[in-house]
Amino acid sequence: MTIKIKKQSGKSLRQTVEEMSGVDMSLCYQCKKCASGCPVTKYTQSPPSEIIRRLHLGAGDELLESDLVWMCLSCETCYGRCPMDINIPAVIDALRSLALEKGSKSPRGDMPLFNRKFLEAVKAYGRSYDLSMIMGYKLGSGSLMQDVEKFPSMLAKGKMAVLPPSGAEKKVVKRIFDRSKQAKGKKK
Amino acid sequence: MRYAYYPGCSAHSTARDMHESADAVARLLGIDLVEMKGWSCCGATSAHQTDRVMAASLPAANLLLAKEMGLDTVVTCAACYSRMKTANHEITSSADMRAAVADAVGQPYDGSVKVRHFVEILLEDFGIDKLRKRFKKSLNGLKVASYYGCLLVRPGNVTHFDDPENPTSLDRLVTAMGGESIDWPHKVECCGGGLNLTRTDVAVKLSSSIVEMAAASGADCIAVACPMCQASLDLRQKDIDAATGKKHHMPVLYITQLLGLCLGIPEKELGLSRLMVSPAGVLKALQPASSHQV
Repeated sequence: MTIKIKKQSGKSLRQTVEEMSGVDMSLCYQCKKCASGCPVTKYTQSPPSEIIRRLHLGAGDELLESDLVWMCLSCETCYGRCPMDINIPAVIDALRSLALEKGSKSPRGDMPLFNRKFLEAVKAYGRSYDLSMIMGYKLGSGSLMQDVEKFPSMLAKGKMAVLPPSGAEKKVVKRIFDRSKQAKGKKK
Repeated sequence: MRYAYYPGCSAHSTARDMHESADAVARLLGIDLVEMKGWSCCGATSAHQTDRVMAASLPAANLLLAKEMGLDTVVTCAACYSRMKTANHEITSSADMRAAVADAVGQPYDGSVKVRHFVEILLEDFGIDKLRKRFKKSLNGLKVASYYGCLLVRPGNVTHFDDPENPTSLDRLVTAMGGESIDWPHKVECCGGGLNLTRTDVAVKLSSSIVEMAAASGADCIAVACPMCQASLDLRQKDIDAATGKKHHMPVLYITQLLGLCLGIPEKELGLSRLMVSPAGVLKALQPASSHQV
């Protein structure tokens, strides 16, 4: 496999990710235990060990479009098994935040859209609202018909709330969302 | 035994049965779960995939409610449990994070409120011997695959729930109920829940391997403690059948539903009718608890 590295000026992606995640990338000696245990290694182009290696080698923003960035299940198996205790899920989360900030290309399945729809409901109601989240995601991703056969039984069995959730203390949730936007504004 | 109870958003949608069964079991055992007033979403995967401070602040807002109540927090959803434990971990280990969270929620929080899973309080606070004496029915040798998934057990240095590679909490409960806790290798494999809607192709492959391994290991049913695992294995079982070309009939019950049945709680109160794969086989296996089990 060929790893293409573009030359970067200024702060490297590695430095940025290290600051955001608190992970010292130099601890990785490529034992690939993370790649062996990763449930999605079979389905991705780049296993977790390769993401770290590419950061070692000076990868730039092209790394943000690696499919593992949004395929990672945050199952924490890699972190649990890493002999050097490297918090790889925190590295992936940092790459995700950067991908959003820099407007990287949407991945197959569009997880950022899913997250946006999920968080929009949380911001509006203080709690998640599956029905609006799923509809919003399906409309946006064009996967309207997928799983549609599950809705009647989910509704009948009470596994899908029709009305939006109520009862949450929305003020604090709104404050958290507002501050988050501010934090992003400051960084730029 | 009194706790600040955080039901989590799924308690009112996909995991209503988890909430109902935990509530019924707690009531019967005299465990007082006091629902936090005004609780809000923990942020789940979407928050931590977006913004680290937001991901710690949303759980912190709820943990502050428990702090006001002066009680430990009890959670039934493994995902909420993980988010709350992670928030506490990040807040206690970084002064920067502590400051950022205090700014976001509008008051200081030191990360000190204890977060416990309902299974932990059953085993550690109530006690398995005391629990065993309360069983009116036995699983009578029913073969149960205890499935822990990811978020209860990993990372071990954050959740401190059992052994991260070979946990036995659910197995111990199954054995106490008179079931046969089967030895199988997929206890802590990932069900793919996080990709359920966005990459269903991959998610179904991962959940298929769990159900197939449970079946190959001789399980009559799977016991879970996470709403995402439950949905991946139960709600998606027809997709699993289609993907594998096999007809599985593997009931996937919350551990609290099994406990409720053995404690003699009526099925209706345990939300059993909400399961997609019928638990009829499990119900048929139930026998009155015999004296040697007590």
